[in-house]
Amino acid sequence: MSVHDLEKVFQEKIDSETKIEPLDWMPEAYRKTNIRQISQHAHSEIVGMLPEGNWISRAPSLKRKAILLAKVQDEAGHGLYLYSACETLGISREETINDLHSGRAKYSSIFNYPTLTWADIGAVGWLVDGAAIMNQVMLTRTSYGPYARAMVRICKEESFHQRQGFESLLVLSKGSPEQQAMCQDAINRWWWPALMMFGPRDSESTNSDQSMKWKIKRKTNDELRQQFVDMCVEQVKLLGMTLPDPNLKWNAERNHYDFGEIDWNEFWQVVKGNGPCNKERLQARKQAWEEGAWVREAAAAHAAKKQKRTAAHAA
Amino acid sequence: MNTSIRRFFYGDIPGQESGGTPAPEGPKNDWPLWEVFIRSKQGLDHKHVGSLHATDAQMAIENARDVYTRRQEGVSIWVVKSQDIHASRPEEAGELYDPAADKIYRHPTFYDLPDAISHM
Repeated sequence: MSVHDLEKVFQEKIDSETKIEPLDWMPEAYRKTNIRQISQHAHSEIVGMLPEGNWISRAPSLKRKAILLAKVQDEAGHGLYLYSACETLGISREETINDLHSGRAKYSSIFNYPTLTWADIGAVGWLVDGAAIMNQVMLTRTSYGPYARAMVRICKEESFHQRQGFESLLVLSKGSPEQQAMCQDAINRWWWPALMMFGPRDSESTNSDQSMKWKIKRKTNDELRQQFVDMCVEQVKLLGMTLPDPNLKWNAERNHYDFGEIDWNEFWQVVKGNGPCNKERLQARKQAWEEGAWVREAAAAHAAKKQKRTAAHAA
Repeated sequence: MNTSIRRFFYGDIPGQESGGTPAPEGPKNDWPLWEVFIRSKQGLDHKHVGSLHATDAQMAIENARDVYTRRQEGVSIWVVKSQDIHASRPEEAGELYDPAADKIYRHPTFYDLPDAISHM
């Protein structure tokens, strides 16, 4: 079959909702797009452990500490599900990690913001995980089989992340005036960065078309962002808090909430590496990798020795 | 506004110079890759759940416990080196499964029996 015919068969499979599996023929651009998207999604999970890890040793109670530990461990697990899916496309783990460390591969910009107070941990769970869930629920139906299956697994676990965050804020919202102020302050700082997680406006994002045609993505950035705003406006009422946007208003004609303009200048600054924590995050990842080198070497040496002993015993 | 970054893959992650291209050839230091299969409860088959890297089978099983059974998803784990999995080729699926395609008499519905018959 010619490449043209293969592409036609491939698109027909996509159109008829047949999943693409690792050994199936796929256009090189489809493979590359998936490698990039899945690996960057994986990096986001891994880097995403850093802002929260910041509070593990300072959680206000043993219960909150245990919850936070479990959540951060989940993020590591999510990164591993995704790296595993990515490797089915023919790229090695080492290559993907190198891409992150060299700065060639990016991760979600949201993790370049600092977690300044304990309330930030609640706000991250509610808003950041909440926004991620919007994207991830869509991705459970993505066209590449291993990616879709990893997403199903992740979404099942992500619900705990969002709920624990909201519950944590709920406790603060019923606390002392200081705790209430801390809760509102965290919401104020995380709201806009959370909206930026959906990416540029549809009119600015040109690769969406191809990704939609291949059903890698199934909803546009703006659709997902609107869905998120509509959801949060209702949820914030239960906290007795407010969202920091004077332009939030129900629009009966659209059946959606209107909301204010994102500071796109800030968005591009963080994307380009000038956010509050870009350098710190990457540095922490590289340091962890370098300082873990001796562990990797020792484990490999131990395995080799054990194998030799077993072989000698068998002989 | 910067308009040079225009491709976005996962939400706010820009796509330009963003990985996915093979790194320069060097020694591959990855530990071997293992495929993981989990039996979710007694009485069910082991099912493929994903893969992970480990130096040996024991480490693979311990890592699989941490990665794939944090919420009691399994009662038994199998791991097998990915390189030891042999797969049929999708492009040969036609010939491979062809012998079964025209043997509809293997299905119980092929047989037209009177409605009066019961327990069959």
